[in-house]
Amino acid sequence: MNVLNFIVLLPIVNAIVIALGAPARKSALLSAWTQFALTIVALAGYKPKTPGGFDFGSKWDVAPEWGLSLAFGADGLSLVMLLLTALVTVAAVWVTPKIEKRENLFYACVLLISGGAAGAFASTDLFFFYAFHELALIPTFLLIGIWGTGARQVAAWKITIYLAVGSVVLLVGLAKLYLAFPEGARSFDMLKMAESRALIPAAEQGSIYIWLLIGFGILISLVPFHSWAAPAYASAPTPAAMLHSGVLKKFGLYGLIRIAVPMLPEGAKVWMNLLLVLLVANIIYIGLVTIAQKKLDWMLAYSSVMHMGYIFLGIAAGNAIGVSGASLLMLGHGLSIAALFAMCGYIRQNNPSLAFTSLGGLAKQAPFLGYAFGMAAFASIGLPGFANFASEMMVLFGAFKSGTVAGSTHFGATQFATVFALWGVVISAVYMLRAYRQIFQGEPNANVASFKDPGCSVRSSVILLLAALLIVGLWPKSLLNFIQPSVEALIGK
Amino acid sequence: MQQIIPAITLEVSVLLLGLFMIFAEAFSKSADRSHLARYAIAVLLALTGFSFFTIQPPSQIPAGSMWNFYSVDATGMFFKRIALVTTAVVLVMALEYRTVLAKFIPGVEEGRGTGEFYSLPVFICAGLMFMASAVDFILIFVALELVTIGFYILVAYMRRHEQSLEAGVKYLILGALSTGFLVYGITWIFGLTGQTHLDKVKDALVAGFAPGGALAGNETALLFGVMLILVALGFKIAAAPFQLWVPDVYQGAPTPVTAFLSVGSKAAGFIVLVRVLIVFLAVPAIQAKVVAVLALLAILTLIYGNLAAMPQDNLKRLFAYSSIAHAGYLLVACAAMGTHASSAKEAISFYLAGYLVMTLLSFLILVTVSRQSRGDDIRHFAGLAKRNPVLAFCMTVAIASLAGIPLTAGFLGKFLVFKVAVASKQWALIGVGIVAVGAGFYYYIRVIASMYWDEPNDRTPVTVGPLTRIVTVALTGLVFVLGIWPAPVLDQLSERPAAAVVHK
Repeated sequence: MNVLNFIVLLPIVNAIVIALGAPARKSALLSAWTQFALTIVALAGYKPKTPGGFDFGSKWDVAPEWGLSLAFGADGLSLVMLLLTALVTVAAVWVTPKIEKRENLFYACVLLISGGAAGAFASTDLFFFYAFHELALIPTFLLIGIWGTGARQVAAWKITIYLAVGSVVLLVGLAKLYLAFPEGARSFDMLKMAESRALIPAAEQGSIYIWLLIGFGILISLVPFHSWAAPAYASAPTPAAMLHSGVLKKFGLYGLIRIAVPMLPEGAKVWMNLLLVLLVANIIYIGLVTIAQKKLDWMLAYSSVMHMGYIFLGIAAGNAIGVSGASLLMLGHGLSIAALFAMCGYIRQNNPSLAFTSLGGLAKQAPFLGYAFGMAAFASIGLPGFANFASEMMVLFGAFKSGTVAGSTHFGATQFATVFALWGVVISAVYMLRAYRQIFQGEPNANVASFKDPGCSVRSSVILLLAALLIVGLWPKSLLNFIQPSVEALIGK
Repeated sequence: MQQIIPAITLEVSVLLLGLFMIFAEAFSKSADRSHLARYAIAVLLALTGFSFFTIQPPSQIPAGSMWNFYSVDATGMFFKRIALVTTAVVLVMALEYRTVLAKFIPGVEEGRGTGEFYSLPVFICAGLMFMASAVDFILIFVALELVTIGFYILVAYMRRHEQSLEAGVKYLILGALSTGFLVYGITWIFGLTGQTHLDKVKDALVAGFAPGGALAGNETALLFGVMLILVALGFKIAAAPFQLWVPDVYQGAPTPVTAFLSVGSKAAGFIVLVRVLIVFLAVPAIQAKVVAVLALLAILTLIYGNLAAMPQDNLKRLFAYSSIAHAGYLLVACAAMGTHASSAKEAISFYLAGYLVMTLLSFLILVTVSRQSRGDDIRHFAGLAKRNPVLAFCMTVAIASLAGIPLTAGFLGKFLVFKVAVASKQWALIGVGIVAVGAGFYYYIRVIASMYWDEPNDRTPVTVGPLTRIVTVALTGLVFVLGIWPAPVLDQLSERPAAAVVHK
């Protein structure tokens, strides 16, 4: 047992303890902070031990006949994802208002989502990497269905069935990948698979890649598999929306970076144009849909779908700078959307409709909220100073460089997609700034006459997320030092 | 492990147990028969323990010995243990169910006339165990009849309950029909080969259908026989389009019997199917056609089972359709047996082990809850999370496993099935399978939604007896153990390196 095992085990064990009747909020907060502290310890003590840059390895054989084992290990990339998980978990637990009914079940579900995400990021066995992610499925269903708002039950059904189907597609893709290795070299150990990736026949890579792309794509809300995301996030209770859009959705992207990019480079080439079209649709089409939204929660939900396009662009670029940028952007997007959903949840408590027309002039009554929301919105647009800026720049540079040979000019499909993606920045500026103006500026609406700044817990958790965004934005090297060697080990320089 | 007990002792002991129970019931003074069931549970579990010390068959099989129709391989022993454990859990359920049962049975005092309800499952268990070891068509047939006739009585056991009687009649007629198909199929195979032992049939068929062999040109006759047998087994495993009896019988039968039917009868049907498929798929002349038929059956079963389950409001009926759906996944693995026999067999065995645990768990909870909510519709589960949170959690685990959520037994089974289907490139089956899983999530999660989202109609807490509580918790734990740490079960499934069996 090492620190990594505790990071995974802690939220799951705590969820069980809380379900059995421990004081819910206190235990959950304690668990989240401990998880955060352990993650910092892991980041500080990280020393690459294997050629792939992994540390904290541990392994228990569960089915030797099939080569299945419960195996954990972390490289720089997984540690950054674990940091994101821990930060958002702390914020999500902290920001939660008083739960009127079945408090213990609520916090148990929240911690299970966090534990499932942490387990997936820390697994080095393909089977458990997949299995941990699904741990969040039922808790999400319960959270949205019981404590959600609006058409919560419809949204809960939709997200659960959609993601379940996506998971099965992914499962078939992973089985195909496993069976593509010649007999004798087959293994569920992701480190071994990465080492012997040259054994995958180039001709089969395309058919495996498309299964993985659709499977992961459904989990990430890639157009046209995005329709589950917005209703679910709009009606989910605040912590569930924060954890799901901020952390859990990154599982699919992490999987693409960890599995599809390094192991199936030929497959990526086959489907490159399709992926580019879809990701541009994510940015431009969903961007326009976001502009058309009339409620804050739906707008944030769609913006979260839209921003997946940039991360896909970095993955499509396939070079070290693009993929590193995508990895950092996962963190940046996770933190900024979590902060936005946290504040959206607070506004919802006072004004359940969240329609832009029923809000206005909040900045006068709640200056802190106005300030913090502005910062989070700027971060989300990708203004300099925030983590999103640094990472989006890397993604765009990487994508523009992709496919070029040194000394020659080349303008191919990736470059076209990059140009389209740049327009996405304008689109996000349009909807974010418009929302900001309608909610916070102008004369206070009569509906919000009694609106006040949030209390300590909401404030602190938003400050925590914004501080992390600023630190990483001003000093991206702090995390890129972890990300870049891992990405280079995965895909080569 | 020391091998000191001949395997046949297990079946003989179970039969003796059943006979003892019948006599004890006839001469017992008290009306309450529940102590008989408790003895039987203890004996069955003890026999499960003894089953780990059985003697291997001799490497040279003398002519005329028992080993010519009875074999003890790892799969057979595995299914024997499944039968023993299932029967024990069914008896636990029967104890929980006894008040409901007494209501529908005429008797001078309460409890009178329930004795056979506990002893018949024991006889069925013996039949299931014989079937697990049967390698001869005759023994297969006799064992199958022992099981089926026991079920005829059990399904219609509640003689004052109209639905139970209706179920009994339906099961009797269709069961008899499928028996006819089976015997007729066996005679065709016998007519072609002159053999009833599976290995000898296989040798005769392979030699006969080889180019220039004695049977060349008789593919149609063989296929006809094979199809008759597949139809008969299709009834037993509830594969579409032979599934019509399932919903009514499952709903009408006493709930413990429904659980027994859906687990025991299905497991028995599949072990026979696997054994005969190994024979038929070895004949190159018909292999592709048999695989195509199996694939077609799998597609029909998956679609029918999953789609028809969606609108059901009665939980027993829902489980009936879900049991059809699970037969569909198992048939996917059967269709993959043509190219990947051993991993498909492993997938089927493991899937059945997981299916056993999760199905028994869900039925055990169903019996407990429906007795106290006076009904077995989904709405009777409304708000169970408030009436008994532990029971609601256990049901959630069972349902999650049935739906195939990872870290549970059901997921690992589905994973193996999909893996072997990918390996044998059955893309149509995989496509249908994906849709089926999505549909499955809908109807399974309805139960979870009802338990957690809805307000209870009746706020009285649901109480659970001590024996049921132990079994429920044990089965819940087992769902996770099988899903996370399957190594012990896999060890049982791998054939021990016994000397090759030679027939004289």
